[in-house]
Amino acid sequence: MSLATEDGTDVSNTGAGSRADGSPRRTGTLAAGLIVSVIVLGAAAIASLAIGNRAIDPATVLHALFAYDDDDPLHLMVRELRVPRTLLGIVVGAALAVCGGLIQAFTRNPLADPGILGVNAGASFAVTFAVGILGLTTPGAYVPFALLGAFVLTMLVYALGSFGRSGATPMKLTLAGVALGAAFTGFTTAIVLRDLGTLQVMRFWGVGSIGGRTLDQLAWAAPLVATGLVIGLLCARSLNALALGDDLAQSLGARVRVTRVLVIIAVTILAGTSVAAAGPIAFVGLMIPHVVRWFTGPDQRWVLTYSMIIGPAFLLLADILGRIVLPSGELRVGIVTALLGAPILIILVRRKRVSGL
Amino acid sequence: MSIDQRRAPSPDLRTPDLAPVDHGRRLLRLETSRVAALIPVRAVVVSAVLVAVIIAAGLASMTIGAYEVDFPSVIRAIVDPASDPDIRQVVFEWRLPRVLFAVLCGAALALAGGIFQSLTRNPLGSPDIIGFGVGAQFGVTLMMVVLELNTYMFKAVGALVGGLITALLVYVLAHRNTLSSFRLIIVGIGVSAGLGSLTSWILISVSVEKAMMAATWGAGSLASLGFDQLVPAAIVFAVVALASLPLNRTLPVLEMGDDAATALGVSPGRTRLSAMVFGVALVALVTAAAGPISFIALAAPQISQRLTRSNTPMDTVPVMLTGAALVVVSDTLAQLVAVPVGVVTVSVGGIYLAWLLAAQYARRS
Repeated sequence: MSLATEDGTDVSNTGAGSRADGSPRRTGTLAAGLIVSVIVLGAAAIASLAIGNRAIDPATVLHALFAYDDDDPLHLMVRELRVPRTLLGIVVGAALAVCGGLIQAFTRNPLADPGILGVNAGASFAVTFAVGILGLTTPGAYVPFALLGAFVLTMLVYALGSFGRSGATPMKLTLAGVALGAAFTGFTTAIVLRDLGTLQVMRFWGVGSIGGRTLDQLAWAAPLVATGLVIGLLCARSLNALALGDDLAQSLGARVRVTRVLVIIAVTILAGTSVAAAGPIAFVGLMIPHVVRWFTGPDQRWVLTYSMIIGPAFLLLADILGRIVLPSGELRVGIVTALLGAPILIILVRRKRVSGL
Repeated sequence: MSIDQRRAPSPDLRTPDLAPVDHGRRLLRLETSRVAALIPVRAVVVSAVLVAVIIAAGLASMTIGAYEVDFPSVIRAIVDPASDPDIRQVVFEWRLPRVLFAVLCGAALALAGGIFQSLTRNPLGSPDIIGFGVGAQFGVTLMMVVLELNTYMFKAVGALVGGLITALLVYVLAHRNTLSSFRLIIVGIGVSAGLGSLTSWILISVSVEKAMMAATWGAGSLASLGFDQLVPAAIVFAVVALASLPLNRTLPVLEMGDDAATALGVSPGRTRLSAMVFGVALVALVTAAAGPISFIALAAPQISQRLTRSNTPMDTVPVMLTGAALVVVSDTLAQLVAVPVGVVTVSVGGIYLAWLLAAQYARRS
């Protein structure tokens, strides 16, 4: 029996990320693009503060931010509801996108993401365990569980995927992630269906959302994500070398083992924190680095930096879309990204060559 | 009938000059005036053990429940109509159909899995990978919660239509000249994530009681099934299983490729069509009865193939018995921890798939 088939290998093709004529974009272009991305993110953030159930014009938003007036209910709304939501969107979006970029570079698999590799399933299971079995209810208490779950699953998937002499190939890691993800999703369902109380909490938590959070939650999520981002970006150079294969990377002076450990730590922190703060949000980690690579080419330093800016912008835009798409009420951002992401994933996998690393 | 003596002179009078073929394993030679067959000894032994497992686990599961019944009483209640009417009511009327349903669902799913895996020549060619379960879950949720159609008929139809459409969609989207298993899995993940998020959306916009009902049924459960549903299901299953018996011979031949199969007198087109129809019918039957019970179709043929050391996942009798044993054992576990059986099979199946991959990686690459 064989799990690999004729064109299963096309995922590990390299070089498709550079432009058709083979020349990488120049640094000047990339830097300019980065500035544009930051502007887009800024616009998305302001839109996220302004648009919603009750539209608030940008001037009032700016006033609320910089000339706060206690008596104005609109100012209160911006400060108490929309600022935490937008900030959390930025933090979680950056965490998801960079986490996806790291996993894709690490596994040399352009279709990897914390969801597909089962990391989110591990974090979700741990949180469900905390809520359903241990009876914890404060969101702050979820964090260590989510981190632990993400870490254990990352290790399990990596261990299973590197079984055998050929080491951790993209396909082996993906299949390992799918298998373990399914098992842990089953465990999660078993706990959720035990009683109404757990289902009541978990059915909402199980669909990622950045609404209804307070600044307290941001206070622990932001430093963690920042740590993860720094570790991840520090690995970017070595990841470039790792893309050539372990042996070549070693001879180029990259410390393969150290890089591996650091990337796993960064992935664990980023995936675990984003799950604890917002619940599982699908496909952002898959799509953003992918789209970014079309523009930047395969250099991880640019891919990760761009992901860090574009990821939050995308998540905020998805969140805004979720707020306005329904005639009443709102669509949680996890549902929006899943519905947007599914067709994109299918298009990507149907392309002849998946944009490589 | 005798155990084949490998290099002994052939007792077969029609081919007196040929030495018997060395099949590399011990075979039972069955020969009458009209029918002749070679049956691997190992398959017979494995099947016997599986039957024992099914009976033991089935009896054990009939002792579990709100009303505890001990082992001897269970057996007495089944065989003796004149035993204690209360116990007989519980055991015979309520718990026996559930066990029989577990056997039926397991056998049907395993056979369907064997058919699909042989057909696609791919151990992942199973209805679970192609999103049947998620589609069925979405269909059930839509029926029960949004349209408020709560009768058994509508739930079954919802599960069936949802599953079939999703599976078809994944197949079509993953097909590009050839069917790569990697692409199949990724498309399956994409479609499942999309539909899953729609299901969650429905579940968070209704009352928690309704959500619980839909989630339980959507996970695949054998609870609340009685003889009323068992009899028609068993008849349909028997008909389909018998009709698909010829596939036991033709599908392994087809695994060698279309040209070889044609040369050996097997029509590829017709075999493929009938295999698809029977495979889908078997999955549909189970889904209509119990909702999506995940991973049995994936795991059972592979386990059976390893147990019998067969060279094809399509080996009707051991495959069906393996599936039945898996579901009966899973349902017993499910009753112990009070969850739908589908939750147990997906957990166990995921772990099994992981082990399968590990074993394969360690051996091959």
